Amino acid sequence: MSETNNGVMQEKNMRAVAVRQKIGKYTVKFFLYAFLLTMALIVLFPFYWMIISSLKTLAEYRLSVPTFWPKTIMLSNYAEAFTAANLGRLFMNTLYVGVVSTLLSLVITVLSAFAFARLEFKGRETVFALLLATMMIPGELFTITNYSTITHLGWMNTFTVLIVPFLVSVFYIFLLRQNFMQIPNELYLAAKVDGTSDLKYLWKVMVPLSMPTLISITILKMMGAWNSYIWPRLVANDAAHQMITNGLRNAFTETTGDVNYPVQMAAVSIVSAPLFLVFVFLRKYIMAGVSRSGIKG
Amino acid sequence: MVDSKQQWKAWLYLAPAIVLLLVFTVWPIINTIRMAFLEGYRGLEAVGGVSYSFGFGNFTKVIHYHKFINCLKTTILLCVLTVPISTFLALLIAVALNNIKFLQKGLQTIFFLPYVTNSIAIGMVFAAMFNIVGSFYGTENELIATAGIINNIIEFFGGKPVNWINYGSSYTANIVVMTVYIVWNALPFKILILLGGLQSINTQYYDAAKIDGTPRRRVFSRITVPLLSPMLAYVIITGFISGFKEYSSIVGIFGEGMGPADDPGRLNTMVGFIYDALSTNSQGRASAAALILFGIILVVTLINTQVGKKRIHY
Amino acid sequence: MKIVLENLTKVFPARNKKLDKEVIAVNNFNLEIPDGKLIGLLGPSGCGKSTTLYMISGLQKPTSGKIFFGDNDVTELSTENRGVGLVFQNYALYPHMTVKQNILFPLQNLKGKDKLTKDQMLERAVYAAKLVQIDDLMERKPSELSGGQQQRVAIARALVKMPRVLLLDEPLSNLDARLRLQTREEIRRIQKKTGITTVFVTHDQEEAMSISDMIVVMKLGVIQQVGKPQDVYDDPVNLFVAKFLGTPPINVFEGKVQGEKLYIDNNAVLDVKGVSDQAVLVGIRPEGFVLDENGPMQCHLNNVEVMGRDVSIVSTSDASLNPVIRSIINADNKIAIGRETINFSLKPHKVFIFNRETENRVYFEVK
Repeated sequence: MSETNNGVMQEKNMRAVAVRQKIGKYTVKFFLYAFLLTMALIVLFPFYWMIISSLKTLAEYRLSVPTFWPKTIMLSNYAEAFTAANLGRLFMNTLYVGVVSTLLSLVITVLSAFAFARLEFKGRETVFALLLATMMIPGELFTITNYSTITHLGWMNTFTVLIVPFLVSVFYIFLLRQNFMQIPNELYLAAKVDGTSDLKYLWKVMVPLSMPTLISITILKMMGAWNSYIWPRLVANDAAHQMITNGLRNAFTETTGDVNYPVQMAAVSIVSAPLFLVFVFLRKYIMAGVSRSGIKG
Repeated sequence: MVDSKQQWKAWLYLAPAIVLLLVFTVWPIINTIRMAFLEGYRGLEAVGGVSYSFGFGNFTKVIHYHKFINCLKTTILLCVLTVPISTFLALLIAVALNNIKFLQKGLQTIFFLPYVTNSIAIGMVFAAMFNIVGSFYGTENELIATAGIINNIIEFFGGKPVNWINYGSSYTANIVVMTVYIVWNALPFKILILLGGLQSINTQYYDAAKIDGTPRRRVFSRITVPLLSPMLAYVIITGFISGFKEYSSIVGIFGEGMGPADDPGRLNTMVGFIYDALSTNSQGRASAAALILFGIILVVTLINTQVGKKRIHY
Repeated sequence: MKIVLENLTKVFPARNKKLDKEVIAVNNFNLEIPDGKLIGLLGPSGCGKSTTLYMISGLQKPTSGKIFFGDNDVTELSTENRGVGLVFQNYALYPHMTVKQNILFPLQNLKGKDKLTKDQMLERAVYAAKLVQIDDLMERKPSELSGGQQQRVAIARALVKMPRVLLLDEPLSNLDARLRLQTREEIRRIQKKTGITTVFVTHDQEEAMSISDMIVVMKLGVIQQVGKPQDVYDDPVNLFVAKFLGTPPINVFEGKVQGEKLYIDNNAVLDVKGVSDQAVLVGIRPEGFVLDENGPMQCHLNNVEVMGRDVSIVSTSDASLNPVIRSIINADNKIAIGRETINFSLKPHKVFIFNRETENRVYFEVK
């Protein structure tokens, strides 16, 4: 059985085969890198275009032959964008909503996850299963009724309406519960024997041990506030409560035609900058959270 | 073990979550279904004491509404275009990334970058790239100041500039722009998931394939893709779900007009339709549309899992 | 196909440049594997045996040295051009393919003049499956097979393309004791039948001894001894080899040689002609003890285990480096229970002495 290949292999010039396979290897590597670098350039191009456009004068932007580096760097575009879109106010509004809703949401999530992971009560599995089932339903279905509900409650154009309806995320409860379940139950029983209260145990043991998940939740929640658009547009689109994305869209309603793009791009850059900073420093947590969720924001 | 004190305590811990869920999740489900079946339900009139008859009126009205059909068409078209393109590109990129060592981490970071963006904000950047400043549609004497960087690039390669998103642009051109933007936006998540899946495939399968002298293309189609099939199914399903909920990326590029200046609403989607109905206080119609959307998502998910059962081999 | 390994060396660079040193996995390995034989590479984990196997397969490139298949230098040749079959430790069966598809897979890769028709492929797949007796499992998925069956599928997949060399990486380590015995006979049978030069890696000396034509004992990337299993067992070159082969393991004592006599615990236990005076380590195989009331070797009796045909005597001695001394004697010898000490005399050819520093064998003349 072993002999059939023998002759064939010996006829081959080993050196020629070795050279050919080496060339093949390098060709494949070359195409891999060429493909990846091209794709990376395409992915990065909009960011590059955003930044250089934001630094150009309007006249330079309108040149029919585009420049790929601004001739004169117009930082004043940024100042203009900042005042034109009232970005300071929008920043504060968004930050307020983001921080408050993140904090409250974390408290609620931690308490619920703890109850589901450690406390025993009748109907625990049923309630949990029902919660998970709600994850299947698209959010638009809730929005319709929630819109009426908050009108009835008189919450139109308040910060409350931007914070309260989204405090509970079943997905975050699920994520944290999984994390809590991995902490050995013996620790909890030992704490009970020592007379530690549940809350103290939760705060001193469970929370520190689940830090990575909590950080992921915090970042995703903050990003959610930063990127929220649809709900705020419906219920709190006045100047006092406007969120950053809505403010940006409202300040620059024109997207086509003869738009002052440099200023608009400056505004977009300002809005995007915090996200990039968060990404640069906390990439690990974002990627870990995202790979488990698949939900944007 | 389960004493009454602990029962009581557990519900206390759950109370905030349960109350909020009852008000903002459970009640909406019930109420939305109720409104969908009350013919011609309008929130403001309902407060005034008007009562409605029960029936399928909202659904039949919505389906016969040509605006709704348009929204449905655009949504489905965008799904059918963007999901396969982005999945295929993401697969290629993930496989390529998995095959290199030098620069792998750096490139991975770059490919994830679009994820952490504001889809309205970056939509405005895409609009700028496709937009023609100056006149393109008026008299012949009018001058185009800049045709936009994309048209500049097309011209550089000898092509003709296209009116992508301006006044008078074609539906096809609009859809192309939206497809490019949505694919760009969808890549990071898919690459992340697929690369994670690839890295968890036992390298021995590749060694075994090498021993057998398997050509790269065959390794890809016969080993990588089948072993990655659970991840592929996952990104395809989530891709379809978010595709059917497409809305803000269109707002990002076209503004709240949801279409070029001469034909607003042309690119409106299912979600857009729901919000439009809501803002004109036609809750009945909005609810019916939302339930239809839910139904479509459910059916697509079911089809995907059914196909998956046949295709996912282990 | 004869395989020659010439000065083969593999160095793994340090993972962490500051903390780790580079690792020499295989050090200047020279070996000629004769055509059509079954060779066992044997050693504890980390001795470089798997690395050697992977270098033969082409999955790893040697840092220096050469590999010849027959007269051809294949060192620079990549795996697919070497025509080897490799059975992985975890079998690496493609989980999404049936047994048949798994076995057909290598054949479908053949191109050019080696290309086969569908019927030819099927014929060869069935032949290979029959050889390992799994032809009735062809439509199953690997997850529906037992460990032993998966193992056979892996062998069939490696054999089906008629490799010039068959390589097996710890082929039995994932099987339970009974299957292990059965499968190793199977491997022996298949190898005999096909006549393919076969190299397999194992850390289990019993496994290697029982089926190999030749074993190669390795330690820290260096060959210790090469030879027929029985020859290596009977004539180990150093303490490591002596300790590594044999169950129960060899008993090791501290001792010394003075005036051509071997002393353990100040008792002269054996004449060792031709050995100069020195401190030594003494290895005595369990079967090297003979019950003898007047024997020079005295130990404290712990316990007697009857194993049917044989009796295993467990005893202790201050000079012993093992926690207990195990000696195996014929069950016909009756041992009175309750006594404190027991005396042995020794079979000279079952006693090996080693230099205490180098642990290399010191030879003496056996009359």
